[in-house]
Amino acid sequence: MTEAAVPALHDEQHHEQSFGQKYLWSTDHKMIAMQYLFTGMLMALVGGFMAYAFRMQLAFPGMDVPFYGIVSASEYNALVTNHGTIMIFWVAMPVLLAAFGNFLIPLMIGCDDMVFPKVNRLSYQIFLLSAVVILGSLFVEGGGFAGAWTAYPPLSAKAEYSQTPLGSSLWLVAVALEFVAFLLGGINFITTTMNSRAPGMKFYDIPMVVWMIVIASVLFLVSVGPLIAGAMMLFMDQNVGTAFYDPDRGGDPILWQHLFWFFGHPEVYVVMLPAVGITADVICVFARKKLFAYKTVLYTAFGTGVLSFTVWAHHQFIAGIDPRMAHIFTVTTLLISIPIAEMIFVYIATLYGGSIRLTTPMLWALAFIAEFLIGGVTGIFLGASGADIYLHDTYFVLAHFHYMFYPIAIIGTFAGIAHWFPKMFGRMMNETLGKIHFWLTVIPFNVIFIPLFILGLAGQHRRIYDYTNFPELAIQPLQDLRVLATVALLVMLGAQLIFLYNFFSSMFKGKKAGKNPWNATTLEWTTESPPPHGNWAELPTVYRGPYEYGNPDREDDYWPQNEPV
Amino acid sequence: MSATPIATGRSTSGIPTGRLAVWWVIASEIVIFGGLLISYIMHRLAHGNWAEQAAHTSTWVGAFNTLVLLSSSLSAVLGHKAADAGDGKKAAKMLYITAFGALTFVCVKAAEWTFEISHGYTITSSTFWSFYYTAAGLHALHVIAGAIIMLIVAQAAKRNQHLNRVELIGLYWHFVDLVWIFLFPLLYIAK
Amino acid sequence: MSEEVHDTHHGNYVKIWAILVVLLAVSVVGPMFEIRVVTLVTAFGVAIVKAYLVIKHFMHINHTPRFIPYLVVTCLVFMLLFFAAVAPDVMNDTGSGWEKPAWVAEEKAWAAGGGSAGDQHPQP
Repeated sequence: MTEAAVPALHDEQHHEQSFGQKYLWSTDHKMIAMQYLFTGMLMALVGGFMAYAFRMQLAFPGMDVPFYGIVSASEYNALVTNHGTIMIFWVAMPVLLAAFGNFLIPLMIGCDDMVFPKVNRLSYQIFLLSAVVILGSLFVEGGGFAGAWTAYPPLSAKAEYSQTPLGSSLWLVAVALEFVAFLLGGINFITTTMNSRAPGMKFYDIPMVVWMIVIASVLFLVSVGPLIAGAMMLFMDQNVGTAFYDPDRGGDPILWQHLFWFFGHPEVYVVMLPAVGITADVICVFARKKLFAYKTVLYTAFGTGVLSFTVWAHHQFIAGIDPRMAHIFTVTTLLISIPIAEMIFVYIATLYGGSIRLTTPMLWALAFIAEFLIGGVTGIFLGASGADIYLHDTYFVLAHFHYMFYPIAIIGTFAGIAHWFPKMFGRMMNETLGKIHFWLTVIPFNVIFIPLFILGLAGQHRRIYDYTNFPELAIQPLQDLRVLATVALLVMLGAQLIFLYNFFSSMFKGKKAGKNPWNATTLEWTTESPPPHGNWAELPTVYRGPYEYGNPDREDDYWPQNEPV
Repeated sequence: MSATPIATGRSTSGIPTGRLAVWWVIASEIVIFGGLLISYIMHRLAHGNWAEQAAHTSTWVGAFNTLVLLSSSLSAVLGHKAADAGDGKKAAKMLYITAFGALTFVCVKAAEWTFEISHGYTITSSTFWSFYYTAAGLHALHVIAGAIIMLIVAQAAKRNQHLNRVELIGLYWHFVDLVWIFLFPLLYIAK
Repeated sequence: MSEEVHDTHHGNYVKIWAILVVLLAVSVVGPMFEIRVVTLVTAFGVAIVKAYLVIKHFMHINHTPRFIPYLVVTCLVFMLLFFAAVAPDVMNDTGSGWEKPAWVAEEKAWAAGGGSAGDQHPQP
């Protein structure tokens, strides 16, 4: 079909839709994005509740936790395992990659939908099924999978070790389904961006967040294959009686670790890049400045993507891997901090000399840079195999990990939601509540995890149910730190109620946003808020790059991408 | 529900949307089979004694199945040629022949496995047999899925609808053929 | 669906198929000489040639934009990388701080049984 057929097609599309067609069985990318967003938020509440339950157990061992009850040792294991799994696969990925990808890609590149709307719908449906399976696995006999989110055999392969015969298989099935959903979604993102850009939109006119989501999808697509194969082998080990990971019968447990981390490390960048992209867009809008060194950021992201495939074994330094390989992986791991540092410098350079507006999304974006920096710097210690041998499997690793993923999955997401909320729902969020929520989230976050760094350095190892059994770890100063972290977690979880209130009350009662409340330049701000089915009455044409702010020759300080000269 | 979006018809990269997407599917499949086969190759190189186990596979059955898949690839690509010429009927016929090849392949595989299992070489006999059944089984699943999609595409092609899909399912089919081209020496010839 | 402009890239497919069948015959006959090098070449060398023919003539990789072959090659390179980094662990029966007693025993038994004396890790 040709572009000339546009008006006729749109008249046909504007017919009334039934409730089911509109909300449950929709192929509209915006509706699918909302489905992903709300499912992700729901799963975040589940994951947060799990964190609450096991943190209470750590701070007050044996306590009858309000709303949960007494946490038994096996429940504790299931809670930490599923907290990790859910937060990564059912919160970070659906929200950052799928929700923002679905919502932003067609709107930012100027087309009416994804190229395969039905595949897109199928992707969400499979994802929803996977979410049902993982939640269901918590309630089967023996409880949810309790072998840690990395599922190392033999703990995950043999029911007599993990004690959760059904839970571990369901966990594996849920993760595999989730991968299928994201493969379908990822192919859609990549194909849409490659093929369906608005006329005139060249490579360097694509907004950074779209680039980042696409690069992340490519990374996911290329890295997940071995783990799918590995998961199949693990499933057979669990249920058929094969011995792929059992050295006594000819298998090798280290193979699983390699298959897992070959995916697992690029996965960090899969969720990181969209957050970095969101930050880039938010910073440019609220510093009213062109992104410093657009091409450098882009090439850096490509470089990071390639390098991310060469660092995975730094998760296995103490697994007995070949020491020669450990040296190589130390070098590559330290190398990959260079592109990331470069991105942070570029963002600071973008801020320099800008006319900064400290709105809620901007606060989130700035917090992302600051907190992510701490996460990155602590990673250097773990990347060096010598230091890692002491720090591995302590709370230092745990705190480092959360200093990476919390900025990515929580702070980055909040930046995106605060920034695009007017476009999603046509109304503004309350700024005052937004700022209160911001400070009550970011400050407690640091109070939770800085003590955990200290505990880790003191030698507190991970995945322990009750530290009173370890005399040198049960001393009062360390216990005080645990209580401090748990109290901060309670404050932070409570603060999310402010966000939920703000989110839902603004959705219905907020100030009307209009087309372009932030005076931004990218294409999504040129259509109605929320965009109608088909996004534009007439699809836009692109004349310039995405970040044309503060042009001295123009009256307005911004120059939308679709405005002819 | 709704008409095909305008997005689907655009082709900024100079390659039709469907073909581009199928290549990305193939890329993701390469790493899935790659992960499995490389795990197998590493084990195989480390265990010299697996050659004794591999000696019990039948080269002739494997070779026959290779012939079947190579021939079905031929009919798939002839279907693509017919579809390009606008001859939906012939394209559909070629796809039916390809699907028949898939059926033959699966039947031969089933007979072969029945024979092997009845002689005591089951998936738990040794890690070689675990890999043998897992790799060939994953491939067979792809054959079955491909055949089903092919029949759906052929139904439409018969009425001269969606003729571009003939090429797309063909591309996927050639990939399935390619995987077998490597599975055949890995599982059957290397003894 | 969009109408596609097709360049005429269809060749003589039956000829390609005939070559593929001949190659298949070669790979079946190869092991009968019972020379390891010949078997390896006829098995894996021929498989690579067959794969090349299918990709070039059936999948028309020459008629797709350049990034498609690059993508395929990238995937294969990552798989090679995976092999290179994992093989030192998986292909050994002892490592730093661990060993696989069952593997060691198996290898010893097989070597003693005349499987291939003096060659601990024969190529398939």
